[in-house]
Amino acid sequence: MRLNLWKYASPQSFYPVAGKLSPWFLGLAAVLAAIGLYIGFFVAPTDFQQGESYRIIFLHVPAAWMSMFIYLVMAFWCAIGLALNTRLSFMMALALAPTGAMFTFIALWSGALWGKPTWGTWWVWDARLTSELILLFLYIGFLSLHAAIDDVRRADRAAALLALVGAVNVPIIYFSVQWWSTLHQGASVSLTRAPSMAATMLVGMLIMSLAAWMYAIAISLLRLRNIVLERESDADWVRELGKAAA
Amino acid sequence: MSWGSAQDFFAMGGYAVYVWGSYAVATVCIAAELWFLRLRRRTLKQALSRKNGDRG
Repeated sequence: MRLNLWKYASPQSFYPVAGKLSPWFLGLAAVLAAIGLYIGFFVAPTDFQQGESYRIIFLHVPAAWMSMFIYLVMAFWCAIGLALNTRLSFMMALALAPTGAMFTFIALWSGALWGKPTWGTWWVWDARLTSELILLFLYIGFLSLHAAIDDVRRADRAAALLALVGAVNVPIIYFSVQWWSTLHQGASVSLTRAPSMAATMLVGMLIMSLAAWMYAIAISLLRLRNIVLERESDADWVRELGKAAA
Repeated sequence: MSWGSAQDFFAMGGYAVYVWGSYAVATVCIAAELWFLRLRRRTLKQALSRKNGDRG
């Protein structure tokens, strides 16, 4: 049997699916976060150099990863939307942006609070920090541009273009610690060599990353449902929903 | 387990402000995002049922 994925490309069929899936992802996120925080705070040992301040890592690294990953997914949906002119793709991108911005903000905030005790400064204009700040501006720019254009279809396309051009920033963030000499340390985890941290620290960090991932999926599905309701409010099936709810 | 007491845990080896400051702000962000989504959903649903009410 062949599953017809195109069927789910229409807002009408995706709306109930998103509604069914989101509580599961949200629950999974909560469970994973509980496990990750337990490992992070009660199992992982004290760092011999940084003491307890390093425990910010369990928040900082997952948030920073998600900030970049969500942007790439958002740019992907923008590209699909521009190429295939599918309504749902643009809605996906729009649903992801606020959560991406939130993770970027958390990465910057926790980074500042980590930088102060370890580097002696809240902020420094090095390549990693600056490019991450630009990422935050790109998210805000994407959302503002979308909000500034009244015609939704034109707003979708203009914002999508901005998102695609801005995608060049993501590899810059990722490789900044290799390309330039930065105060920010290099990658602690890479696919090509053994991680330079204790196993329990790594496990805690990875579980927290999974939690952040599940949270991002749950939230973007919930927001997608809102966007669908908003945009398709004149469609027959949405009016049927309204009747059922009233 | 590296903590002798609850007090030890909350003191975070002298880094309490930095560690808890990070996690607290993240928690507020997540709570706010969930709350805003709920609020928006309620507003949209109300608008929708109003619209349907008008048309009979």
